[in-house]
Amino acid sequence: MQSEDFIQKFAACFHQTEPASIQAETKFRELEEWGSMLALIVIAMIDGDFDKTITAEDLKSTNTVAELFEVVKKK
Amino acid sequence: MAVFTVPNIKLIGIAACVPKQTEDNKNFSLLSENERELFIKTVGIRYRRVAEEGITASDLCFAAAEKLLTDLNWNREEIKILVFITQTPDYLIPNTSSILQEKLKLSKNCLAFDVNLGCSGYVYGLSIVSGLLQNMVGGKALLLVGDISTKTISMQDKSTAPLFSDAGTATALEFALNHDIHFNLQTDGKEFDDIIIPDGGYRNRVSEKSFEVKEYEGGILRNDLAMKLDGLKIFNFALREIAPNINTLLSEKKIEKSSVDYFVFHQANLLMLESVRKKLQIEAEKVPYSLYDYGNTSSATVPLTMLVKLREKLISQKLNLLLSGFGVGLSWGSAYIETENIVCSELIEI
Repeated sequence: MQSEDFIQKFAACFHQTEPASIQAETKFRELEEWGSMLALIVIAMIDGDFDKTITAEDLKSTNTVAELFEVVKKK
Repeated sequence: MAVFTVPNIKLIGIAACVPKQTEDNKNFSLLSENERELFIKTVGIRYRRVAEEGITASDLCFAAAEKLLTDLNWNREEIKILVFITQTPDYLIPNTSSILQEKLKLSKNCLAFDVNLGCSGYVYGLSIVSGLLQNMVGGKALLLVGDISTKTISMQDKSTAPLFSDAGTATALEFALNHDIHFNLQTDGKEFDDIIIPDGGYRNRVSEKSFEVKEYEGGILRNDLAMKLDGLKIFNFALREIAPNINTLLSEKKIEKSSVDYFVFHQANLLMLESVRKKLQIEAEKVPYSLYDYGNTSSATVPLTMLVKLREKLISQKLNLLLSGFGVGLSWGSAYIETENIVCSELIEI
């Protein structure tokens, strides 16, 4: 699992946010579009593309996309 | 896991009734226009049916049952079992099934009881009725399943209000040799409060405090007499449990996945169901969805989806169906059933 691939797929979950604006250090929960719907989409993406299940707590305990990637890697 | 087979049961017919009154999530004011678009695209629910004040789940099930009994031309004296599955009964006491037994003019020799289950209710209901009927030669049974969940939610709670819809269904089953139904039923009570109405039962009786409106994350407003649903935890639960439950049933009963004509899922959330479908590696055309037009009707989603999406095929063909329900409890299960030219009444609206 590569960080770049994860960031690209994470960014593709968003509909209103410019994908290029989402980087490893982006604090995703501060993005205007972030909310419970995006959380569902991200959980489904990680489940489908990386075969890992993350929880709501995992999303709440991480700030940046890189931190989330680390959590997913450890699953 | 509770994997078992009930022999000598045949599904004879189904009917469903929904309220005429329709709400459109495109007009749901608690979400911005962009959020509404994203919700409809992702969760998959556009329209919801909402029962008028005074119409109960039993009224919807009664209308469905009347239509079905007329279409089947059954002798009502021969119906020995009536099971009503709901979480929105007419009264706390007595059981609503007794009221339905009288309204449907069934015999006093008919056993009747209620079961409190939601999203898994149809699959559980099939197992309960089948278990009772399997040794009753010549026996006939009615399984009535429905809810008016729109009355259990706060309209200021964007995490529940755009999801739920109302419906009632009726399913006719009878004793028939050489027809089996296979089940895999499961429960996890650790997560009982993931979907809950906290007050109004006997653990937390109704008090003045029950009516106090509280604010939760994301501007959600509701009191303790309204349903709380932890959407992310339920989403995780479905991703974790549904595919293994179905795979276990199919493998233990030596049923080839490819021999299943349709997988009819509880209509909770399109993104969730599509994730489960991909995990199970099922072709898209084998998974019918009714949630765009009818929302999440709790226990009624599985028979309602069968009726509105598979009616012509159920009437005219032999089908192998895998039914799957999951949610409140947490309770979940799947059933494998073979149908052949069953009676499917036209959808009723009241």
